[in-house]
Amino acid sequence: MTTHLTARNAVVVAMIAFLMLVPVYAATTGNTFMMTLFTRIIILAIAAVSLNLIMGFGGMVSFGHAAYLGIGGYVVGILAKEGIDSGFVQWPLAIALSGLFALGVGALSLRTRGVYFIMITLAFAQVVYYVANGLDRYGGDDGLTIQRRSEFGGLINLSNRTFFYYLCLALLLATVYLVWRMVNSRFGMAIQGARSNERRMNAIGFPTFRYKLICFVIAGLICGLAGVLLANHTNFISPQLMHWTRSGDLIVMAVLGGMGSVFGPVIGAVALLVLEETLPHLIGLVTHVFTGKEIAAAKEYWQLILGPMLLLIVLFARGGIDGLIARSRNG
Amino acid sequence: MLYLIEQSLNGIQLGMLLFLLAAGLTLIFGIMDLVNLAHGSLYMLGAYFAATLIEVTDSFVLGIALGIVATLVAGMVMEMIAIRPLYGRDHLDHVLGTFGLLIFFNELVRLIWGPAGLTISLPPEMLTAVQVLPGVFYPLYRLVIILSTLAVGLLLYVLVMRTRIGMLIRAGASNREMVGALGVNIKLLYTLVFGLGAALAGFAGMIQAPLAFVQIGMGENILILAFVVIIIGGIGSIRGAFVAAVLVGLIDTMGRAFLPDLVRAFLSYSAGSSAGPALSSMLIYALMAAVLVFRPEGLFPASNK
Repeated sequence: MTTHLTARNAVVVAMIAFLMLVPVYAATTGNTFMMTLFTRIIILAIAAVSLNLIMGFGGMVSFGHAAYLGIGGYVVGILAKEGIDSGFVQWPLAIALSGLFALGVGALSLRTRGVYFIMITLAFAQVVYYVANGLDRYGGDDGLTIQRRSEFGGLINLSNRTFFYYLCLALLLATVYLVWRMVNSRFGMAIQGARSNERRMNAIGFPTFRYKLICFVIAGLICGLAGVLLANHTNFISPQLMHWTRSGDLIVMAVLGGMGSVFGPVIGAVALLVLEETLPHLIGLVTHVFTGKEIAAAKEYWQLILGPMLLLIVLFARGGIDGLIARSRNG
Repeated sequence: MLYLIEQSLNGIQLGMLLFLLAAGLTLIFGIMDLVNLAHGSLYMLGAYFAATLIEVTDSFVLGIALGIVATLVAGMVMEMIAIRPLYGRDHLDHVLGTFGLLIFFNELVRLIWGPAGLTISLPPEMLTAVQVLPGVFYPLYRLVIILSTLAVGLLLYVLVMRTRIGMLIRAGASNREMVGALGVNIKLLYTLVFGLGAALAGFAGMIQAPLAFVQIGMGENILILAFVVIIIGGIGSIRGAFVAAVLVGLIDTMGRAFLPDLVRAFLSYSAGSSAGPALSSMLIYALMAAVLVFRPEGLFPASNK
């Protein structure tokens, strides 16, 4: 595979360089908020990339992807509460459980398609959500504070902000690479073939159900890892981690960034979360321009802008940001 | 035994509420092929409209009646501005677009009514309990909910199956182009159907409000339940929605009422209180999973699709 200097690749490189430089910027300016924000963005980007593997390439619109974030997070939280804070136990167990859950959900829901698939994945995520709500010992609907981040026998220290940031970034890049390799492999071609015409893929001898199920499980495993990271990042877990609107956010990230490319969801995650942070300021700026003074109250209602914006993106920018970039090169 | 009857009535009452929401959803899905996540927002809007209008008119019944009209209009305006461009796009676009609308409406309500919730108080004559069976008393208002919803369901049935407009609705569901070619204004028809669904959802929100609380996001969790209902019942089928709604309502209420004791029989007391509600919610989703596995089209597949 030869790489060309296209607008698309340039954006990818620029984005990675930018993400790498965030801690440097934060260290020189002492802006810790920026570190916290971008660690969160990177973790959610991992989740969005994993969602896009099944949604963008496999055509499986899962509306319950946040459940894996929850499972990963809760395994870390519950084990920490019970005094097991070794990452060597927590992480594999969290990822394995996420995969197991994905296997069960996938085996049942992949029998359906279209809107039924959207709804059944949502329903299973709701089950996990209610289970977490019912876990009184682990905080019920109030959530649970995690006292210590995962321990790796003194080898690495997750409490170091900068280190944790680069670990998350490395895992994100590894995820993107893995998904990219997968999408371009025979396996990935079969998945994409099944998205376009499942019956034909079946007819030429591909067991599409098994292929799709494996793909679904892999996405679950990766998102479970994102959940582990998220719990370690916030030191807190609650059922809100997997509220169904969170699954919606992940879909928004993937679509906003562009479902057609592996890196698109990363752009989407950065764009959405940065937008969430800056929209209030933008509104303040606009009111300043028009009325001569900032209307602080108007800043609070930034979601009034975000909502219709999503609708407009759906209507007019189907390929997401990535699509716009790719098109700008041709046109 | 008394408890059992009371809980069954509660279950039916919840089922009726779900039916109002699910009927609108299933109509909109069956006819326009649109997945509408913002349906819960209409439920919320209905409750807020009613709370304000009851306050203004100082009459419960008048407030509800005006509230229904207000939600109907809100639904039709919403359809014309935001929903119309979504027809014919794929379901992912519907999910995303209406998700954006949901965010918008939550924020709009916060802007207009403030972040604190509202309450709707019942007129005093509704606060009594009536004897439904010898020795069994049941709150009058809950009975009113069951009966008025049944009446609405019946009206809906007559409207869809027995009137000219219902005929057009059904025709629009089976072949959009043909109905358009025969000179029916299909756009207007869709707007009407969406408004009808909105009014049903709004009505559900406002009659439930006195029993709960009018707050932002109140429609979100019940919307998911309504989706479960239409999937169990079969998408596009109002009859299916009715049966599934009562079924889901009963399972949820019975589960909450009896599962905690069942769990307590095996585990500790507190395990029962915490696991009971979670288990009963899970039961519903387990039922849905079973239906999808064994009858993917739902219990009562819509015949015209």
